[in-house]
Amino acid sequence: MDVLGNYKSAISARSTDKDITKKSQDGGIITTLFAYALEEGIIDGAIIAGPSDEPWKPQPMVATTKAELLAAAGTRYTISPNLSLIKEATRSYGLDRVGIVGTPCQIQAVRKAQLYPIGMRDVDDKIALALGIYCMENLSYQALEAIVEDHCNQKMESVKKMDIGKGKFTVYTERGAVSQMPLKLIHKYVQPGCNVCLDYVANLADISSGSVGSPDGWSTVFVRSMKGNAVWDGAMAAGLFETKPMDQVKPGLDLVKKLATEKITKNQKNVDARKTIGLKADGTPKGLRNPYESP
Amino acid sequence: MGLLSTIKERIFGRRPEKPPENPEAKPESKPEVKPAASQPQTKPEVKPEAKPEAKPEAKTARSKPHRKPEEKPEVKPEAKPAASQPQAKPAVKPSDVKVNEKVEVVQKEEKPVAEKISIGELHLSGCTGCLVTLADNYEGLFKLLDDYADLVYALTLVDVRHVPEMDVCLVEGSCCLNDKLSVEELKEARAKSKVLVAYGACAAYGNITRFCRGGQWNQPGHEAFVPISEVVDVDLYIPSCPPCPQQVRNVAVMAYLLLKGNDEQKSLATAYLTPLMQLAQRGNEACGCDLMYDVINQSLCMGCGTCAGTCPVRAITMEYGKPNVNRDQCIKCGACYAQCPRSWFNFDVMNNYEGIMGAIKGAMQ
Repeated sequence: MDVLGNYKSAISARSTDKDITKKSQDGGIITTLFAYALEEGIIDGAIIAGPSDEPWKPQPMVATTKAELLAAAGTRYTISPNLSLIKEATRSYGLDRVGIVGTPCQIQAVRKAQLYPIGMRDVDDKIALALGIYCMENLSYQALEAIVEDHCNQKMESVKKMDIGKGKFTVYTERGAVSQMPLKLIHKYVQPGCNVCLDYVANLADISSGSVGSPDGWSTVFVRSMKGNAVWDGAMAAGLFETKPMDQVKPGLDLVKKLATEKITKNQKNVDARKTIGLKADGTPKGLRNPYESP
Repeated sequence: MGLLSTIKERIFGRRPEKPPENPEAKPESKPEVKPAASQPQTKPEVKPEAKPEAKPEAKTARSKPHRKPEEKPEVKPEAKPAASQPQAKPAVKPSDVKVNEKVEVVQKEEKPVAEKISIGELHLSGCTGCLVTLADNYEGLFKLLDDYADLVYALTLVDVRHVPEMDVCLVEGSCCLNDKLSVEELKEARAKSKVLVAYGACAAYGNITRFCRGGQWNQPGHEAFVPISEVVDVDLYIPSCPPCPQQVRNVAVMAYLLLKGNDEQKSLATAYLTPLMQLAQRGNEACGCDLMYDVINQSLCMGCGTCAGTCPVRAITMEYGKPNVNRDQCIKCGACYAQCPRSWFNFDVMNNYEGIMGAIKGAMQ
């Protein structure tokens, strides 16, 4: 499979809903799509990264209204274990059609839960819309705290927006301060599990979206599956997005491809390095477990 | 409706094997079929037949699963009419009519039946939850039994007392070493099946029977319960307590493709089943601790939350993006680890998720 996965179309897009773009990270694609799917009854609810009682710490939640979606809009650069609600959403919440948003690894987990539903009773046919977001690597909450409070010298609760782009991690505060740190310094804080990830643009999602490749305030969208295609076409017909063809925007699809290739090449090396990390008594290398080979 | 009819179908499906036992039976039964709605006709016909063998009749009237006692050849022809007897409730009628119609169909198409694989369920020290899970496929179970698999052995669902030859044997429950019969039957199932599946967490990992120390009623001497792989070789694991109906359905469809499909289907089924077979090779100890030992300690966890979502006893919570297992609550079912995308992730299968899910859905329609 190509580093960008299978897709039916790649578009640069932005939500036409001002309420959403005011709060969203970039083009407001995920929020708009879920709002549309809720409205149309394509999904009964969506598992999203909602707010919690700690600043910038997301907590998975099942959203059933646009207000709840809006409250969760925007990116928080730390882990939100959205899959922890996937069975619960079909039970306690009684949803027959579940939407879920996740990083590439989480979308992989969704597909595994559908193909091998070992402990996922009655979940497989209830995933109505799986939206993926691009992800280079993720941070634990404590790592995010270290970056914001120690490196950028800002209090977590005073931060209005965090953003990654152009090689920098940027923090904007409520009072207008802007702090930045180079992205490469972040590397030591990356959670180790990300180093074996071989997916950048959520290849297995119905639709995946992220800022890379499109101008500021816009998102690059890959429409991948039949389901995703139907939802995207519907949302377009409803006038929810303004779009530009990918070949007419800068920096364009080449940058997405470049970053995807970089990530996958680097992490494939990590996966391979794990095979020879240790030493056996006979002098041959001893390896760690490889999830892509066997359990 | 359906379960009953399937059981009946099974009886009649087998009938052609020994048909000439009761020459009257066939001509009788068919005419009965259509006027089944009119009870008076059926009843008189039934009773004279049934009386000579009082036992079967008595049993049939009460509990359907037990309906087929020792004398199979004789019972078979009766089974139909007998079923139409308890028609006291009008709601039963339609299903009886359907049953009989189906009977004719089954008799006509003998070939498709021969193409099916045979599946059995051996019940050891388990709670029957796994067996119920099989039935939790609802109409999917009938589709499976109609087109892909014959259920040749199962507690309460099939009246076969002795472990028969079969393609796939699902073993439910752990094996009690203090119970000779369990050990013997397990060995017999191994010898007589092509693929032996540890179906459910008890068979695969011991599950909650791992905590048994004997002294319970009514078998205080039964204290040693082991995963079946301590006694026999196991080909494939379906963990979790209870297992998931869709998972056993997928395995059944894939086993069918593996044994009866074309080359392409065989390679798909092989790719699909491989991780579950590797799971059987991995060992027979499971615990929430696997998440620590084999995922986090191996530097593989990325905090997706799948383990917390899948745990049947909610022993796992996500604390700051990583699983935290309440080990006192863990029943050692193995679901969390098997479901974790970092226990295994086979891109060759997953990348084709749309096609495979479509194929399975299609197969079940």
